[in-house]
Amino acid sequence: MSVGESGVSEFLRSYLTVGWFGIAAVVLAGLLLWVASLVRPSRPGHEKLLTYESGVDPVGEGWSQSQVRYYIFALLFVVFDVEAVFIFPWATQLERYGTFGLVEMGVFVFVLLLGLVYAWRKGVLRWV
Amino acid sequence: MDIAGDFLPPTIEWFALSPYIALVAGALILLLGSLTPQWPRGWYGLVSATSAGVAGVLSVLQFANLADELPRTLVKGALAHDRFGLLALIAICVAVVFTSMTTVDADTSDSLEHFALLLTAALGAAIMVTANDLVVSFLGIETLSLSLYVLAASDRRRSASQEAGLKYFILGGFASAFLLYGIALVYGTTGQTSISGIGSTLAGEVSVPRNDAMLLAGVALLLVGFGFKVSLVPFHSWTPDVYHGAPTHVTGFMASLGKVAAIVALVRLFVVAFPTRADDWRPAVFALAVLTLLVGSVLAIVQRDVKRMLAYSSISHAGFMMVGLEAAGRIGSSSASDGVSSALVYVVLYSVLAVGSFAAVSVVSQHASDVTSTSEGQSTTSLDAFNGVAKTNPVFALGFTVLLLAQAGVPLTSGFVAKFGVIRAAVSTESYVLAVLAMVSAVIAAYLYLRIMVSMWLSVPASGEATSALAPKLSLPLRVTLVSAVAITLVLGVLPTWLLDVSDSLALFAR
Repeated sequence: MSVGESGVSEFLRSYLTVGWFGIAAVVLAGLLLWVASLVRPSRPGHEKLLTYESGVDPVGEGWSQSQVRYYIFALLFVVFDVEAVFIFPWATQLERYGTFGLVEMGVFVFVLLLGLVYAWRKGVLRWV
Repeated sequence: MDIAGDFLPPTIEWFALSPYIALVAGALILLLGSLTPQWPRGWYGLVSATSAGVAGVLSVLQFANLADELPRTLVKGALAHDRFGLLALIAICVAVVFTSMTTVDADTSDSLEHFALLLTAALGAAIMVTANDLVVSFLGIETLSLSLYVLAASDRRRSASQEAGLKYFILGGFASAFLLYGIALVYGTTGQTSISGIGSTLAGEVSVPRNDAMLLAGVALLLVGFGFKVSLVPFHSWTPDVYHGAPTHVTGFMASLGKVAAIVALVRLFVVAFPTRADDWRPAVFALAVLTLLVGSVLAIVQRDVKRMLAYSSISHAGFMMVGLEAAGRIGSSSASDGVSSALVYVVLYSVLAVGSFAAVSVVSQHASDVTSTSEGQSTTSLDAFNGVAKTNPVFALGFTVLLLAQAGVPLTSGFVAKFGVIRAAVSTESYVLAVLAMVSAVIAAYLYLRIMVSMWLSVPASGEATSALAPKLSLPLRVTLVSAVAITLVLGVLPTWLLDVSDSLALFAR
């Protein structure tokens, strides 16, 4: 297939599907919400306007501060999450990458391990 | 299905990669130090200075080797091995060695993290200046930026430092988003991320260009993203606050390392990947250069604080580097390569000046904070703190004056060589408007450096108490740093022959 008459390449043309899909999603959702707003009765009350907290009464404000130690654990979690993201695809293709891949992954894991050791020595892993 | 044979591991040229390995090794050794009790004072700095020094020597060797080798790419085209990148790498290593020595003396911290972050920042910068792939370049940018965010906020006792770190982080993250979006659009048009590959793809296309709107939008976003990192004028607003708030030795580090890495990556990207679109991006670079030169110089002279003055002056210096890039964008001209080498030489020489100047500022501000004790929370880097410094410390004041004169571009200093290079490149590519504006801006900025000098040499201290000599406070590493910075400035200013000899080979990019 050659370049279209409008000068748009085949490569970009394939993105057209994405564009149509996005437009369809917006139009469809907007249409449904609009129809629903016409049909449904609107009787707002105090109870109904409360923040939905899985049926529990909301306590305090939405802007409450969270503990800084959650943040550190989240950070450490991200480190290992990303590690897993790299290791799983590598593991399925281990034979293909051979010794080179093994050494590379060894270096990668070693550097991450050093980070964990550092965090451990700094007492980050202890729940204070 | 035999895909097992398809994968060819990249050839690893250990010697060519050794500077990066030296930097990583230094950082890892420092982090291993967390397993041991606190090392004796100064040892952390010694490790970081040594590993950066080793990396620097290795880059010098490779720079010399490239005299009779052709530039090439490493690790399957991920990194470029050319003199353009290696000279920047040498400047980075010098900046790390200097900063390690000045940091040892700063009482803010003697922590291993501080020095490990210096090395990771240097690694990010080293990857940026040699990256031959947009994704690798972005990796370097993030490594550098994340280290600098933490370093900017490293003085935990001063809220200004915290504020600087947060501001830098938010605006830097914003800039990274621009860069990523630009990379995505360029990848979308050309189908690849290799910088030299993009260049050859765009050069190889026949008469009807591909979707130019998307490519140009990508180029524009890349320019905006790098504009943030380099602090070109519409995107400069973070610079004065961050430079002012960060600890002074970190400010010098940011000014030198950040500028070298971002300018070199920007020039490599635009000259190697988009020379065929030079007519489109050159006007934008022209406008940025004009704005940066004038706004940087004019705002610098109305500041009352020396750190903010030097921050605005670093913006103005970025404008000069853009003059070089603009000249490099005149692809048809035979002198376009002069633009490339002059921008590189400018930023390399500026990096030494920046580290030296901010080291000198840190000496004075340290002294001022000792003298005024904790009377009121006024800034210790205001211009008044420099009043009469020459009376008590003539040698120190002389050294600082040389660095300031060099920043102003006075002959017989390296700053003159730098400014002469970019303006000559602009003139020889017939970009006369920019050349004239650059000279005007240099004159305006000279007033700022003169103000500091007048304050040091002619003004009397406001109160009698500041007359005590600060010479005993200068530790040996700090003395060595200041003397070396001044020596480099003078030697390259008086004998620039070596720089001029190699400058032709600087514009030979690995492709």
